[in-house]
Amino acid sequence: MLEQLAQLEAEALQALEKAQTQEDLDRWYHTYLGRKGALTAILRSLGSLPLEERPAVGARANEVKRRLEAACQARTEAVRQAQLAQELEAGALDVTLPGRPLGPGHLHITTRTLRQIYAIFAEMGFQVYEARDVETDEMNFGLLNMPPHHPAREMWDTFWITDDVLLRTHTSPGQIRVMRERYPEPIRVILPGKCYRYEQITARSEHQFFQVEGLAVGRAITMTDLIGTLTAFARRFYGAERRIRIRGSYFPFTEPSIEADIDCILCGGKGCRVCKYSGWLEIAGAGMVHPVVLANGGYDPDQWSGFAFGLGVERPAMLKYSIDDIRLFYSNDLRFLHQF
Amino acid sequence: MRVPLSWLKDYVDIPIPIPQLAERLTLAGLEVETVTYIGLPGAELPWEPDKIVVGELRAVHPHPNADRLVLAEVEYGGPAPEVVVTGAPGLLALRGQTDLHIKVAFALEGAHLYDGHAPGFQVTKLKATKIRGVPSRAMVCSEKELGLSDQHEDIIYLPDDAPVGVPLADYLGDAVLAFDIKGPFAHLYSVFGIAREVAALLDLPLKHDPRRVVERHPVSITPEPDFIVLEIADPDLCPRYSAAFIGGVRVGPSPFWMQMRLRLAGMRPISNIVDITNYVMLELGQPLHAFDYGRLRPRPGERRPAIIVRRSRPNEQMTTLDGTLRTFDGEMLLITDGGGPVAVAGVMGGLESEITDATTDILLESANFHFLSIRRTSRLLGLTSEAAQRFGRQVDPELTVPAALRAALLMAELAGGTIAPAIGDVYPGRQPLRTVELNPADVDRILGVEIPPEDIARILTALEFTVQPTTSPDTNLPMYRITVPSHRPDVTRPVDLVEEIGRVWGYDRFPPTLLRDELPPQRPNVRLECAERVRDLLVGCGLDEVITYSLVDLADEGKLYPQGPAPDPARYLRLRNPLSADRAYLRQTLLPSLLRTLRENLRFQERVAIFEIGAVYLPVEGQPLPDEPLRLGVAMTGPREPRSWLPDRQTTPLGFYDLKGVVEALLSGLGLSGAFERGQHPAFHPGRCAEVRVNGHVLGIIGELHPLVREAFDLPEGPVAALEFDLEVLIDLWGAPRRMTPISLHPPVYEDLAVVVDEETPAVRVRDLIAQTGAPLLRSVVLFDVYRGEQVGPGRKSLAYRLTYQADDRTLTDAEVARVREKIVRRLERELGATLRGAG
Repeated sequence: MLEQLAQLEAEALQALEKAQTQEDLDRWYHTYLGRKGALTAILRSLGSLPLEERPAVGARANEVKRRLEAACQARTEAVRQAQLAQELEAGALDVTLPGRPLGPGHLHITTRTLRQIYAIFAEMGFQVYEARDVETDEMNFGLLNMPPHHPAREMWDTFWITDDVLLRTHTSPGQIRVMRERYPEPIRVILPGKCYRYEQITARSEHQFFQVEGLAVGRAITMTDLIGTLTAFARRFYGAERRIRIRGSYFPFTEPSIEADIDCILCGGKGCRVCKYSGWLEIAGAGMVHPVVLANGGYDPDQWSGFAFGLGVERPAMLKYSIDDIRLFYSNDLRFLHQF
Repeated sequence: MRVPLSWLKDYVDIPIPIPQLAERLTLAGLEVETVTYIGLPGAELPWEPDKIVVGELRAVHPHPNADRLVLAEVEYGGPAPEVVVTGAPGLLALRGQTDLHIKVAFALEGAHLYDGHAPGFQVTKLKATKIRGVPSRAMVCSEKELGLSDQHEDIIYLPDDAPVGVPLADYLGDAVLAFDIKGPFAHLYSVFGIAREVAALLDLPLKHDPRRVVERHPVSITPEPDFIVLEIADPDLCPRYSAAFIGGVRVGPSPFWMQMRLRLAGMRPISNIVDITNYVMLELGQPLHAFDYGRLRPRPGERRPAIIVRRSRPNEQMTTLDGTLRTFDGEMLLITDGGGPVAVAGVMGGLESEITDATTDILLESANFHFLSIRRTSRLLGLTSEAAQRFGRQVDPELTVPAALRAALLMAELAGGTIAPAIGDVYPGRQPLRTVELNPADVDRILGVEIPPEDIARILTALEFTVQPTTSPDTNLPMYRITVPSHRPDVTRPVDLVEEIGRVWGYDRFPPTLLRDELPPQRPNVRLECAERVRDLLVGCGLDEVITYSLVDLADEGKLYPQGPAPDPARYLRLRNPLSADRAYLRQTLLPSLLRTLRENLRFQERVAIFEIGAVYLPVEGQPLPDEPLRLGVAMTGPREPRSWLPDRQTTPLGFYDLKGVVEALLSGLGLSGAFERGQHPAFHPGRCAEVRVNGHVLGIIGELHPLVREAFDLPEGPVAALEFDLEVLIDLWGAPRRMTPISLHPPVYEDLAVVVDEETPAVRVRDLIAQTGAPLLRSVVLFDVYRGEQVGPGRKSLAYRLTYQADDRTLTDAEVARVREKIVRRLERELGATLRGAG
């Protein structure tokens, strides 16, 4: 019996050496140490031995079992290490190959620009107010201090739907709408939206474009507040180092009227093709809300004052990203849109 | 408006460099677009000070070898006069004369000039040469050679007082400021008007006021002069009509200095009489018109010719100066004589009474017309002029007499005429000067800077406002009573004065401030926030945002209805003045523009997935303005995955289920869920179209395009998935408060269930039945396989679901799960005729 055990041990250890995988090891364990395994069978047959042989054989059998289990553990560890080594070696990738494309989408450049503008003005307490595209003559012109035949109407080439209905030529009619809705609260809003002008479509002009109007109405709003607000916007949008120039201008719905320029972001003010060699780029038309417009909105101009400004949306993006053709914004060529 | 600096200097000193002047004017609202230098450094052709000088022609000698050439002897400040060979016709005529004192522009050897004979303007260097045997190393210059005009017929004859030997650049060099004047302000359309602004801006006095010519040359002013009968039949359109008479003029060219100024100001010299009317218009801003007096007719029975200013009779006709026969409507204002129309008032004169070389007597019109009438006539006739430009911006009515007298004096001086002692003047529209009360506190209130009272008074006075300090009757605080000068009809309110003060004081001196006013109530903006969230979710799903035109071609919308009927144009908003036929209607759907965009981009890439959020324009019965609801449109086509090197790339095309997946992700991102039901829409494949509802509200339609629609939009074969949703529905439903569902700590039990149902049974019914029956222990139902084939028999399909059971308070037992499952199976069998297909 003892011989049998010795032989079993030798055979089992030999077999263990050949085990290369966890499955081999499991099979080995099953064969020798499992419930139906060879050693277990020997241990079970102890009862049939003569009583005096039992302690010696039993001790020996348990020793073999311990030794085989220890060997199995060692071998298991060796196999695990070998497998790990193999996996690490075989799993190496060419990390320079392109990634799996997810095809992420892109926001339109105009949406991105609008969001930048919203964010900057939100910090100054301006909320977005959206008004309609199709407007009455009265809203687009009349209530903005341009009664019928007012010469300043010629500043905008208008698409007409009927004698009294048109496509808004600017976002300014929203001023009247928001004032009439909010009176007597103070107001601080920006009014983004599409505008339309009867203009031939060229690299420089489109018949449809976006504008963002700003309007602040309160008890003590001044021209210096307007200048400060436009300055803050220009430096946030175009860069902290920008210089701002304010000059007098004319709009029928503001008095006094101004325009705001920044030093040319391309030439830094030295003069180039983009700034028409003036060194300056116009970024906004603005002014103090005309008393007639305030009154048309319901606000007593002796008690209230306000400022308004109009910003382009496509044009700032064109300056910022050196885009030289406004038509790209509406061509929706994905080769263009994917760049932003 | 172009203003030569030399002219400006007649009225005001300019002690600062030109670029600084231009900047100052620009800041004050008189935008200087360009500065063009003439002869000075910075000009296209700078005149070298040591080589181009004022010369004096002393004698013209015959050329020994040529009849068509002469030798001009010119004094130019050098040690001795220079003799040059020339063929200038003006000098040929002087052959043999000596003791001349004619001032010329004289160029010495080495000077850079334009080649007078070469086409265009080519710079050439003046070299010493020999012409027919006589050496010549200098030149008397033509206008072309100096870059003043393209004229090379004759040389320049400078005024007699031109200082000999002085560099020509110092004498004749100039800078022209080109203004872009915004706003309808006639008072800025004259050299004097700009000079007044410059004086105010630089705090300098005006050197002289050309309007005071009347004080220097007193004339009598009468409504009934002896040379003409004046009558204003329509004083509402003609507040004032003045006229002067100049007899015995000789029509010829105007002098060089006048021609030069006209040219620099952008006008073409014509003849002394016409040039003088233009010159005075540029100087003062009052348009003038010279009639050939001899052509003006009296009314029947009258002796003197007549001028009657009246509205046209319908269809009255006249040929204007430009040679075009014009027909007038009954609102257009005409200048007529005893026989009929002689000018379109304020716009253009008639050909019949035009000044010709034979004209000897002049009737000079200096009138004022209503600006709206002039604008209307000019627009309807499609006819504009320098005069109409000014009259359309409200010309100062006080200018008529000074301008008439100024021009008459010039005609006497330069054309040898004699001025009639009286000026005719009919002035039915005389207005008292307006006064405006200005509270200095309002200046501060609007501008935000305290401008010293003395600056306020100085600025307004410099702009010819009369400033009278008073006190407010209400508050007893100091006020100003401001009298508005006649040339500022635009100033009617205190705030108009505030603008004058602000812009002249200088916006560059305003400190920027941040809004100190009360912050208005802040409000949520669900509409914008929802639209922006939808954009982000769709971009996250791999879609690209596009923005297309609101104005569309109705034919494109028609392509969505391949089997007709075409959209009814009467139900659309249509432009009366479209740019083109394909931009004439306001869209009522986003799909056609999306499909066009799809097709355009398929030229460059195989996979396009785009969306747009934008308004459509739906007319509302009985209301002038349409509804403008926001819509969401999506279109996608091409392979499911972008092309890549990976072997498991899916090349199956994007289709219905891809788009449905996008919608499910979108709704889930908004915290909503949608119900999809078989839908019908002519633009979509009848078997691949669903209507989507959220909480019972119809959101819109989704599907694959009908093959005929695909063809109509010229799209390639293969499925095109598209949808159009009413974004307003999502905006309304979005944002409802949600409660979190507790997460169970007890383990879930998973089970698969495959059932076989009839092909017609929609999958959503099976799913809903399972979910309803299994509630509340059944927590999720996920379809993971759809099988059709032999094993389930024809007309049947197998749907396999993974079911997840879970309880919040205990670990579920097998028995509990089995009971729920049994209920589900029985109900499926009973209600849908389903059979079980091997449970797992």
